[in-house]
Amino acid sequence: MNGDGTYWLREHKGTLLAFAAFLVMFTIYATNHSAGLDANVATTAANKGALLAIIAMAQTFVVLTSGIDLSVGAVMVLANCLASWIVVGSPLMTALGVIGVLLVGCLCGAINALIVIFGRLQPIVTTIATGAVFYGAALALRPVPGGDVNTALADALTGQLPGGVPASLSLLLAVVVVVWLPFRRSVIGRAAYAVGSSEVAAYMSGVPIRRAKFVAYTLSGLLASMAGLFVTFITYTGEASAANASTYTLYSIAAVVLGGVSLFGGSGSAVGAIFGAFMFRTIGDLLFVFNVEPLWQPLFQGLVLSVAVCLGAARLLRVRNRLDLYG
Amino acid sequence: MPGGRVPGTRRRIDPAVLWAFGCIVLVLLVGSVYSSSFLSPQYLLQQLKVASFLGVIATGAMLVILLGQIDLSVPWVVAAGGMMATAATGWGPLGELFAIPVGIACGVALGLVSGVGVAFLRIPSMVVTLAMNAVAQGLMIVHTGGFSPQDSSSRAMRVMATGDTVLGIPNAVLVWVAVGAAAVFLLTRTTFGRTVYAIGNRERAAYLSGARTRVVVMAAFALSGGLSALGGVLLAGYASKAAQAMGDAYLLPAIAAVVLGGTSILGGRGSYLGTVAGVILITLLQSILSVMQMPEFGRHVTYGVVIIAMLLIYGRGRRSSD
Repeated sequence: MNGDGTYWLREHKGTLLAFAAFLVMFTIYATNHSAGLDANVATTAANKGALLAIIAMAQTFVVLTSGIDLSVGAVMVLANCLASWIVVGSPLMTALGVIGVLLVGCLCGAINALIVIFGRLQPIVTTIATGAVFYGAALALRPVPGGDVNTALADALTGQLPGGVPASLSLLLAVVVVVWLPFRRSVIGRAAYAVGSSEVAAYMSGVPIRRAKFVAYTLSGLLASMAGLFVTFITYTGEASAANASTYTLYSIAAVVLGGVSLFGGSGSAVGAIFGAFMFRTIGDLLFVFNVEPLWQPLFQGLVLSVAVCLGAARLLRVRNRLDLYG
Repeated sequence: MPGGRVPGTRRRIDPAVLWAFGCIVLVLLVGSVYSSSFLSPQYLLQQLKVASFLGVIATGAMLVILLGQIDLSVPWVVAAGGMMATAATGWGPLGELFAIPVGIACGVALGLVSGVGVAFLRIPSMVVTLAMNAVAQGLMIVHTGGFSPQDSSSRAMRVMATGDTVLGIPNAVLVWVAVGAAAVFLLTRTTFGRTVYAIGNRERAAYLSGARTRVVVMAAFALSGGLSALGGVLLAGYASKAAQAMGDAYLLPAIAAVVLGGTSILGGRGSYLGTVAGVILITLLQSILSVMQMPEFGRHVTYGVVIIAMLLIYGRGRRSSD
């Protein structure tokens, strides 16, 4: 194998491992499902998976710069509440509404970025506080659950394409092609990776640190609002649910880690995060297929997550110098 | 590195702590405009009592943050502490006697597992504690669903959280004072505490200096778990019963209180006095917003904006060019 190939393999090891693990789990799931894998089963599974995958991608952008975004769940809920007001009516109105929701998502991300870049506050604290603000805004929009959504659009995006392919998967593919790949291949994208590996080195090399962080946080907000739109399409309502906000924030971190993205920044990819999200969802589905009592499911889910996380400790076996363990 | 600031009162007080106390005074003044009872001793003692629950939990969060780590398992460790203590109460007279230790021991056990993951397996604490949170949640759901344990708290728990013995000072405040005194002693007067600061500044250097870094990290997480559980025991005593979501409202305020008190989220810097200020500030802020009868959304927005604003004043990091 030539040098490029080895490098490519090393760079994408996390993504490939996540893909392989998901494939194994999904095969077990599909072969053991009582009804077999028909289009409806696949669509339901895909919708749940796609939602988590989008929010995990949102988290990935920030994690790559060695930051963390604890406000993704709140942005998602805010987008959900906003969408239940404005993504209605004629096709033109709906289109404008979708654009509006996405713009608000970008705005939320940009606010995080500005505070982190120019305020020089730590991302974790910043996004805890802005998350409270975004959630407050969602609550102002929808004090009680309700609202509506353009059902034609909702059904189209959560249904099936001709041929039985879940529409949500094609949506996910579109997001990867339109948002992730251009980012990954651009100078800004490289800069985001560089900032994540070593901010000082990136600064010394003249990498546009600020622009890279700004774009990463803004795209994170954009994707979180997409996830919010998708929630609206699935539920047909807007709800300012604090539980949803915190659950999806925590799940997004779990999915990112399962997808081989390093929380220290600078390594991993959004594609890995997608498979991490799919894996996380399949765990729950597997427990269902094997008739684990519902009572025990959260415990098993937690244990599987712990085991997956502990696999990351395998690198300890390769450490030759103990000092490498301490940062 | 400008770090390595020696904790304790011998050195000058951190400006962040002064800012935090200044903001407390400001909040009290604003509050007294709205309601004259805001400055009454009864009201202030009541606030201090409510603050002591957050104070105990924030003490654990601070220990871990000083290491440069974070504990996201607070919600369900708090719940586990409360629920196991009430469950123990239902086991009979002996159980009732040991209700509080049982609750705390469960928290220590959960924290110990996180500590092993962080210290020995070298997994980022954010992930380990997240996983532990999920495990604790699963355990509690199995526990409540499968065994339907008692959920009302023992007499001792209620007395500890709601009663008052000396000079009308609530017992919960005394518990916080005891925990705080122990934390100050531990952080400033023991090898353990110094090692915590050293690890937060540079773990590699601490290791090379011969400090038993891994044991200290593990112990800090165990302590954090135990303190979260103690917070849960207090909360269960206060509400006279334990509930599943009782810890959810304490994760972010605990971290916010520690950071508002001037402790660096990157570790190695911060004093317990600051955490006390942060806890009181957060509690008063939440209280004044409800006294002002602000709608719930406004409370969330103000809460977030105030945290950002205060940190922008005194909590800023260094430029990457420094």
